[in-house]
Amino acid sequence: MTPSRETVIPAKAGIHAEQIWAWLGEVSDPEIPVISIVDLGIVRDVQLAADGACTVTITPTYSGCPAMQVIADAITDALHAHGLQDVRLQNQLSPAWTTDWMSEAGKAKLQGYGIAPPAQQVIDISGLRAGVGADGALAAISRRAQPRLTVACPNCGSRHTEITSQFGSTPCKALYKCLDCREPFDYFKCH
Amino acid sequence: MQNKVNYLLRLGDNALILSQQLSQLCGRGPALEEDMALTNVALDLLGQTRLWYEYAGELEGAGRDEDKLAYHRDAHDFKNCLLMEQPNGNYADTMVRQFFFDAWHYFLIVGLTRSSDARIAAIAEKSLKEVTYHLRRSGDLIVRLGDGTEVSHAKTQAAVNELWMYSGEVFAYDAVDDAMVAEGVAPAADGLRTQWLAHVAEILAEATLTMPPADAWMQKGGKQGRHSEHLGYILAEMQFLQRAYPGATW
Repeated sequence: MTPSRETVIPAKAGIHAEQIWAWLGEVSDPEIPVISIVDLGIVRDVQLAADGACTVTITPTYSGCPAMQVIADAITDALHAHGLQDVRLQNQLSPAWTTDWMSEAGKAKLQGYGIAPPAQQVIDISGLRAGVGADGALAAISRRAQPRLTVACPNCGSRHTEITSQFGSTPCKALYKCLDCREPFDYFKCH
Repeated sequence: MQNKVNYLLRLGDNALILSQQLSQLCGRGPALEEDMALTNVALDLLGQTRLWYEYAGELEGAGRDEDKLAYHRDAHDFKNCLLMEQPNGNYADTMVRQFFFDAWHYFLIVGLTRSSDARIAAIAEKSLKEVTYHLRRSGDLIVRLGDGTEVSHAKTQAAVNELWMYSGEVFAYDAVDDAMVAEGVAPAADGLRTQWLAHVAEILAEATLTMPPADAWMQKGGKQGRHSEHLGYILAEMQFLQRAYPGATW
């Protein structure tokens, strides 16, 4: 139900950024409704100006993530519903989003929802900008240097699983299957 | 400034045309997993296209946004390299094209993370993990296809031989590229080509495929807007709605 104009709470003095973070913590990811956009780590900053203008800085998970517009609209709607009239969204690309920013609570919720959370360290690209030579760059793409991933089944906990497909229903997921309970499951890729 | 706009448009055009080609395989992939992978790669490339076009449009200052740049230009305005517009063909053709592209794209994007232009560096940083994943995947598939059955080996070798002459254009720098290298915006061609050749040689060897000579004659022209007949068909489908109903919006 959309709140009518009358039910919108007028902007109150004394709202702090922490309050806005808490409200954003109630905005769900449109594709994985059990976790919030704060759990996902895509809210990077909240600024509240003296005149009441609120600027929320978000970063995309993937360049082509089709949910970004929906997320931006959901943030605006949620803050409007809490009485903030002037909401501005800012997109930030650098530093690039990583699954390391996902909260532990968020990872636990993913697990409970049947999606295996990221299982290893992200691809290390930290040295590239600093000017590591071709060797450093090649390590990231070499077939032999890839560690074997152990992804635990979110249904039965078995670590006896194997990859079915490098891509799943969304760019952020891969498909695995459990060799013990035989259930297929989504795995949230390290990124 | 015009050089930078043109350079950004080329980056966007390369990503968009390949993305459109891969999107045409949606629902037609040889296996469900490949179908999802191709369309996910297409989606990543489309997202990157938007970032390049958005910046190009802002710098140009002529009121062209990403949609205008994608839908309101004709074939000679597109500056993608000829490799990206080559047909999907059979699956070996699709994957060899992808592998040649991904290998170049990866080293290019690594170079662009050190660009003197902060926004270009940020877009490259955002794209790098996606591009890395793409290259690992396509390299892996080339090995599986090349070192697979007799039929998959033969088809993959034929695709390598056929597409090789389109692999060199990305390293053939012109005045636009040279200006970007001089300004520290883009990486030089020589280093990229050396890295590309080394990686492609490694993967093709593991795939038991024969690499054509590095100094073979290479096709050129796409960067300057001289395209093969394929691009017209790609644009006809991609731009259909805007051509039939100019200015239509959702």
